[in-house]
Amino acid sequence: MSRDRDTAADAASPADAVPARGAAATKASAPSEPPPATSIAPPPATSAACAARLIRITGSLAVARPLREAALYELARVGEQGLLGEVIRLDGDVGTIQVYEDTSGLAAGEPVALTGSALTAALGPGLLGSIVDGVGRPLSRLAQESGDFLRAGLTAPTLDPSASWVFSPGVAPGDLVEGGDVLGEVEERSGFTHRILIPPDVGGRIAEISEGEVSADAVVAVLEDGTPLYLGHAWPVRQPRPVSRRLPSDRPFVTGQRVFDFLFPVAEGGTVAVPGGFGTGKTVIEQTLAKYAAADVVVYVGCGERGNEMAEVLNEFPSLIDPRTGLSIMDRTILVVNTSNMPVAAREASVYLGMTYAEYYRDMGYGVALMADSLSRWAEALRELSSRLQEMPGEEGYPTYLGNRMGAFYERAGRVIAAGRPERTGAVTFIGAISPPGGDFSEPVTQAALRVIGGLWALDAGLAHQRQFPAVDWEVSYSLYMDALAPWFVERCGADWPELRAAVLELLQRDRELRDIAGLVGVEALQDTDRVVLDVAALVRETLLGQSAYDPNDAVSPLEKTKALAALSLSLHRTILRLLEEGAAYEELDIAAARHALFSLRNSGSADVEARALNVERLIAALGTKEPEGEGAEVAALEEAATPESPTPESLAPESLAPESPTPEDGEAEV
Amino acid sequence: MSHHDVHPLPRIYRGVFAAAGPLLYLTGVRRAKLGEWVSVRSVGQTRRGQVIDAGEEVTVIQVLEETLGLRPGETEVVMSGTTARVVVGRELLGRILSGTGAPLDGLPAPVGEDLRPIWGEPLNPARRTRPGDFVETGVSAIDGMNTLVRGQKLPVFSGPGLPGLQLAAEIVEKARAPRGEPFAVIFVGVGITARETQLFLDRFKGSGASEWGVVYLSEARDPTIERLLAPRVALAEAEFLAFDAGMHVLVVIADMTYYCEALREIATAREEIPGRRGYPGYMYTDLAGIFERAGVVQGREGSLTQIPIVTMPDNDITHPIPDLTGYITEGQLVLSGDLHRKGVFPPVDVLPSLSRLMNAGIGPGKTAPEHREWANQLYAVYARGREARMMAAVVGESGLGDPDRRAMDFADRFEREFIGQGRARRDIAATLELGWRLLERLPREDLLRISDATWAVRDTAGGDATVRDATVGDATVRDATGRDGAGRDEAARSAEGTEASP
Repeated sequence: MSRDRDTAADAASPADAVPARGAAATKASAPSEPPPATSIAPPPATSAACAARLIRITGSLAVARPLREAALYELARVGEQGLLGEVIRLDGDVGTIQVYEDTSGLAAGEPVALTGSALTAALGPGLLGSIVDGVGRPLSRLAQESGDFLRAGLTAPTLDPSASWVFSPGVAPGDLVEGGDVLGEVEERSGFTHRILIPPDVGGRIAEISEGEVSADAVVAVLEDGTPLYLGHAWPVRQPRPVSRRLPSDRPFVTGQRVFDFLFPVAEGGTVAVPGGFGTGKTVIEQTLAKYAAADVVVYVGCGERGNEMAEVLNEFPSLIDPRTGLSIMDRTILVVNTSNMPVAAREASVYLGMTYAEYYRDMGYGVALMADSLSRWAEALRELSSRLQEMPGEEGYPTYLGNRMGAFYERAGRVIAAGRPERTGAVTFIGAISPPGGDFSEPVTQAALRVIGGLWALDAGLAHQRQFPAVDWEVSYSLYMDALAPWFVERCGADWPELRAAVLELLQRDRELRDIAGLVGVEALQDTDRVVLDVAALVRETLLGQSAYDPNDAVSPLEKTKALAALSLSLHRTILRLLEEGAAYEELDIAAARHALFSLRNSGSADVEARALNVERLIAALGTKEPEGEGAEVAALEEAATPESPTPESLAPESLAPESPTPEDGEAEV
Repeated sequence: MSHHDVHPLPRIYRGVFAAAGPLLYLTGVRRAKLGEWVSVRSVGQTRRGQVIDAGEEVTVIQVLEETLGLRPGETEVVMSGTTARVVVGRELLGRILSGTGAPLDGLPAPVGEDLRPIWGEPLNPARRTRPGDFVETGVSAIDGMNTLVRGQKLPVFSGPGLPGLQLAAEIVEKARAPRGEPFAVIFVGVGITARETQLFLDRFKGSGASEWGVVYLSEARDPTIERLLAPRVALAEAEFLAFDAGMHVLVVIADMTYYCEALREIATAREEIPGRRGYPGYMYTDLAGIFERAGVVQGREGSLTQIPIVTMPDNDITHPIPDLTGYITEGQLVLSGDLHRKGVFPPVDVLPSLSRLMNAGIGPGKTAPEHREWANQLYAVYARGREARMMAAVVGESGLGDPDRRAMDFADRFEREFIGQGRARRDIAATLELGWRLLERLPREDLLRISDATWAVRDTAGGDATVRDATVGDATVRDATGRDGAGRDEAARSAEGTEASP
């Protein structure tokens, strides 16, 4: 397959059609054009390059000579094992190659072969549901070849060449097509249409086109000039895919997490950084969003993180059902995995690979969520390579171009009208975790991200230690999308949404101040109205902002439930203040039942939201009207009425998420 | 690794043109391989070393032993032609070996079953099984609050003078394979003193587990650089026992702080650009190469669990060593000087402690259906109690509201009775019941994290709390240390298993 695809790509993307943007632009050392796109598994070297030999190996860098013919970012095969590497520096006829695999055992004198292509992503049907390493090798198929441990020098094409697809053409012979146009479609996963795109740099008149079952590497159409078109094509990962035009961010990327949707919403096509020390729940947030956020496609990049976490994703995702489509979550997910013990250079490449996959599905007209965990590991890989290149270090040893590289990467996110016809709107929303050393946000990677992001979800170790999850520090976090998104929320969730949000933030702010004071004078010394603030704010923290990723009823919160929790907490606050004004003593108001009912609302599935919210409302209203003695029985009755099901463990069964989806715990119990 | 090492031919080179610290610079070496294992002979002494920079003209060798007295001009370097490999096999069980695998127990060198590269190869993430087998350590702070599962890497963040090693010894002694599967312990002493080694070995032998263990020692008096090899040599053996011999292997590495210091020392000798606090920028990747070797593999019997011990310099959890460790491992058990001074053993501060894989190891059929809620509730009240304690220190107890006062009282009891258990072993049922009793002293309005459903089950199954409280006196306390207060309020009772059964 690789041969066919290479020919295809070579023909489809002449070198001069690929502009030298992206990665090459930030390196000033040599003005070479990046080589044209081809497949991930490059062909054997050309004769000119065969003479090159290694002259030095140190860490993941290999130096070879003569490499006069090489282009910057050209892919090379290093040593007798043919390890995959990328030319990152050229100095006269000496080239430095960053090797994506374990270099131990390499010796000076071993051959180096250029492949004539840059590092590319193989794009086509079959990506969904797959798990690849940082340079696009399919990990499941590598295992069939090499067993449980990854040996250096292994290759396999990203897309399974033995697969076949049912192709429905979208154009006819005689039609004029250009880059980005939809050539036809295949059903990639049951119910998921994969639009076959004409490579961005190809155009012409269709001479012939196939229909029906075709093999993964077959020619499905030919242009009049003889250019063959395939189901897939290759694209250099460091180069953004072209779009027709970018669109403003005016609709939210709904995460199903209350603290984000309500306080710090991100726009579809927006960018968010999630910095937090270890144990603050970055990975759980990334995974929860990958599971429950409203996205058509999720690309999850595990960049320098834990292998067991990936096993968890692989174990859990296939059995979770996306309530919006009824399909398995895994069917909308692509995993790019380069765990912390896999080679560093491939870690550097992995985020670009993930972004290229995301852009490709965006170009089909889908809303794509790109998660990267963690960008700090990417930056560290950059630092390690920079240090081995003996570049002059910037802050904390990071290369001075760190900020530029990060900026260029974040800018690839966005909501766009894709290139080509028919018109398609797609988006890449990027949520990147950052692991600041010691949880200190003043470090270079967090700071570089802050310059370019639209939203900050800052995680706090103190909150995590109190098991307040998601441990989002609402004083530090922000969203620059709030104003742009307000009309959407008003239309969808009611005119009072912005006010509720402002009131909750104000309450939290007041709570902060009062807690500082209480720390000095004691809670008992505070006025009743202030103690109410402390109590209601505690309730808001627990019910509205706190959300358990492991509670099947509460892992995802519909906007209605989010709003109800906010509105009812504030209503409780107002009611108590009114009663105090009317002369009631705070100690004598029994708000336990209302609090309890709010917790029940939080813990209930979406089907119950209305009834439970009504119950809370009644209890709040009852606060002023009833004698304390009579309350207990009546409340119990109300509770009973609103919660018809019997209080057994079965009532904890998943409701909101999807009936078929087991919780992590349930899934585990069967093992 | 290096599959073209088929016919290694040793080659001998005489004369080293430069030497600096542990590094030797050679010219004219042909086809030196990166990572190639070499012997260095000088003035009647043979040292081992490794190629760290393989160049056409200059080859750099890092010597593993002390280079004191080495004469560059009279040095002979034997290039082995292969990268570093060690002997592994079941035969090593019961042995005490050096950081490079040489016998320290006076017995002949083991022949073993295989030769394995000490650097290992990364486990294909797609071949991992998600760890989820509960390991009962017998320690409430772990089993109840920060559950350990097989295949996890869960470090102990200790501090100067804190009993990190004792806790590890405790776990090794008490951890049980639930179904009696083959079990092995590997202890790696890195840079620790002979006294600390002895402490661990005594406990280890006393528990009768030593025949199921392998001990690798690279103590404080051994060459710095050997410390970098010891964990990897041990893990090569651990991987063999786990994934080839089908055993459940627990690897205890003490102390990773000394390992990291050795790493920094070598990096400085190589004149590398330092990262934070002088530690090399690649320390994260380097540590990951050790910690990520824990796991469970699809279709293979065994598992590899790691409990590394990290002494936090100056008790600072943001120091690069615990910090980078915490980013790689699946949680951490943090020891507290305050609890230690109060005589609580093990002095685990559960608030900053965490087991990321806890949810996979608990729940129905494993521990108890309500385990998660129960732990969340204990955390919540304890956190509130700790906050209240701090506030009370400023404003006095009378300045606190009632719920805060209750939480503070709870926190005291929780530390004394639940965390503190001396050296008694508590099974999971006893741990859960103890937690329930502490919780049930509080009114239910303070316990909103416990669902109605759980209360319903607890109310029907458990009878009422006051009756059971009467049985506290029956607690069987087994305080082997005899330390004052350590197991004083200990309540290791078998709680009829009512809450533990689903």
